[in-house]
Amino acid sequence: MPILKASRTLSATAAVLALAATATACGGGNTTGGGDDSSPKTLTYWASNQGANIGVDQKVLGPELAKFTKQTGIKVKLEVIPWSDLLNRILAATSSGQGPDVLNIGNTWSASLQATGALLPFNASNFAAVGGKDKFTASALAATGAAGKDPAAVPLYSLSYALYYNKKLFQQAGISAPPTTWDQLVADGKKLTGDGHYGLAEEGSSLAENAHHAFVLGEQHGADFFDSSGKPQFTTPQAVAAVKQYIDFMAADHIVAPGDAEYSANQSVTDFATGKAAMLLWQAAGSSLKAHGMDASAYGVAPVPFQTANPTGTAKTDSMVAGINMAVFANTHNRSGALKFVNFMTSVPEQQILNSAYGSVPPVTAAQSDAAFSAPEQQTLRQVLANSAAPMPQVPNESQFETLVGTAMKDLFADAAAGKPVTDATVKAELAKAQQQMPQS
Amino acid sequence: MTAILERRPPGGTADRPPRGTLRSRLRPRRGALPYLLLVPALVLELLVHLIPMVVGVVMSFKQLTQFFIRDWGSAPWTGLGNYRVAVDFHAAIGSALLHSFWVTCAFTVLSVGLSWLLGTAAAVLTQDPFRGRGLLRGVFLVPYALPVYAAVITWAFMFQQDNGLVNHVLHDQLHLTSGRPFWLIGPHSFVALLTVSVWRNWPFAFLCLTAGLQNIPRELYEAAAMDGAGIWQRVRRITLPSLRPVNQVLVLVLFLWTFNDFNTPYVLFGGSAPPAADLVSIHIYQSSFVNWNFGSGSAMSVLLLLFLLLVTAGYLVATRGRDTDG
Repeated sequence: MPILKASRTLSATAAVLALAATATACGGGNTTGGGDDSSPKTLTYWASNQGANIGVDQKVLGPELAKFTKQTGIKVKLEVIPWSDLLNRILAATSSGQGPDVLNIGNTWSASLQATGALLPFNASNFAAVGGKDKFTASALAATGAAGKDPAAVPLYSLSYALYYNKKLFQQAGISAPPTTWDQLVADGKKLTGDGHYGLAEEGSSLAENAHHAFVLGEQHGADFFDSSGKPQFTTPQAVAAVKQYIDFMAADHIVAPGDAEYSANQSVTDFATGKAAMLLWQAAGSSLKAHGMDASAYGVAPVPFQTANPTGTAKTDSMVAGINMAVFANTHNRSGALKFVNFMTSVPEQQILNSAYGSVPPVTAAQSDAAFSAPEQQTLRQVLANSAAPMPQVPNESQFETLVGTAMKDLFADAAAGKPVTDATVKAELAKAQQQMPQS
Repeated sequence: MTAILERRPPGGTADRPPRGTLRSRLRPRRGALPYLLLVPALVLELLVHLIPMVVGVVMSFKQLTQFFIRDWGSAPWTGLGNYRVAVDFHAAIGSALLHSFWVTCAFTVLSVGLSWLLGTAAAVLTQDPFRGRGLLRGVFLVPYALPVYAAVITWAFMFQQDNGLVNHVLHDQLHLTSGRPFWLIGPHSFVALLTVSVWRNWPFAFLCLTAGLQNIPRELYEAAAMDGAGIWQRVRRITLPSLRPVNQVLVLVLFLWTFNDFNTPYVLFGGSAPPAADLVSIHIYQSSFVNWNFGSGSAMSVLLLLFLLLVTAGYLVATRGRDTDG
């Protein structure tokens, strides 16, 4: 029958097409490096999303880029890239060699991206072109690449974690001061939990948030997620204790709403702003809280608690060195223009304008004196950065660590939310699974 | 068309008027023209499908990690190393891949089966004209016409544990569950993914089968009705056998689409799917893009390709056997 014949041809064609789509990979690859100055009049800049949305970033950056064009005659093509896409875009640019001239990176990616060779190393002469190494704070410089190598980027905005607490809810519960140890936080959290309200909000499905807290609690417990040779060691008793402590706020202490386990789009900030949760551990939440209608007078900002009252050594760590770095793409066709642009963006006036717009702290020492950074929130962030923040492990596999440990914690949160027990053994098993999936190199 | 050509009497070409032979002298030789016309399509096919596929296969033999992605050529060859890791089911990477494979198999069988069942039922029920049939058919096709992202992100909102529509209906209004279940994390995520997948795919089955039904002559049904066949018998004896050629293509295409579905789990769960809904496509994405090991991801892709080739070939052979019998 003709219909049958036609259908057979059709089904074979459909099968081949659908199969071909399976194995399609992206092409590219190149061998050049170092960049040149063949197109000195334009720059492409990939900015990370720092404001409440991309429109805000365009509004903040637009006038500043215009100033740069006026000063130098170099036109800057701006693209603001959401965090969910930024790393993939950078990887694609790296493998194809087609990318921006200047770009923002999460500072924790510095060592990972440094290993790809995609970013121009800041050696002595490149540093000289952007105003010298000494203009940046030491803590921010610690998160720009692996130790002993030329940094892959320079700091642009500095951030740290802090404990945000709802003053009114604290007063109603009869709590006079923010907790300084985790035991106090749990005790306070229990007083604040009830009637659909919770003591603390956590972003349980956000891999990066989970990994950051695992790192900070790990420092407090004395856990190193990587040994001195850069090999992963996720299953030490200290690492297990750190991860379990963070999950236990939901699983054992019940001061976190089970629904937080599926949060990954900053819902915990919303819950804090609306009063559903009384405490939040976040980086520079001020501008987001304002966007959600919470006035700065309604909340207090304190350092993240420690395990004991007067910690010393690594136990005195209450934040990662968070922030955004600015890098030059090694394949740029306008290297001197790119360095001029980095110099411009890290100059004192621009640092003051940009960091005050985003609620972050300038990593350029001379810019910190501005009154905008003396608000209570920024003062706390500055103190933490100066005294008790540690950089995330500066190893090439750092980004895999965030993904795998973050995923392990997401799955543990799912167990906790469903009422399944979270024990040392289950935590250790999840972390062991994560470690086995780490690259062997 | 083939049938018409085959039935043409052998002397057919000799009867042509001389005008035709004159024109054919001006054209390139008959034999070459069809191939010439195919060249652009062939070149594009090579560029768009075959070359990237070959590159993917080559990548699977390399240790393509973050240290080498800037210059692929310098990545060391690992031979079958990536494959060995992928099929070492006692180690973490292999066992995770195997788990993901079984999840995908179960998901595909259920999703294709349910989509097909819904599509067939709806197509048969809307076969006879009634008031509002056009409107109903239009409404049925809406999930298929919506952009994937918009549709799936809406489902993601509806599946939220604390203020999603699904829990509001199931728990607050119908009191079917004792607590508010989680749909986007934990074991129920499989059900959530299956629901969205069936919702998105069944209209395609419905569309194909509705078109197929138009080809069944009404007289067959009338004759069967005269012989006293009920509605079930008519569906079983006339509708389903007549739809076999359509079903053959439909089930295969649905199978391949569902098995490879990336968009639905990616939008529904974000970058990392919960273990219960860890489809193989998103698992491979994790292995390559998130873990920055493109060689390993490519090896898994090639294994997936081989598996799908095998299933497809088996399926075509099996169904062709039945065609010649019938």
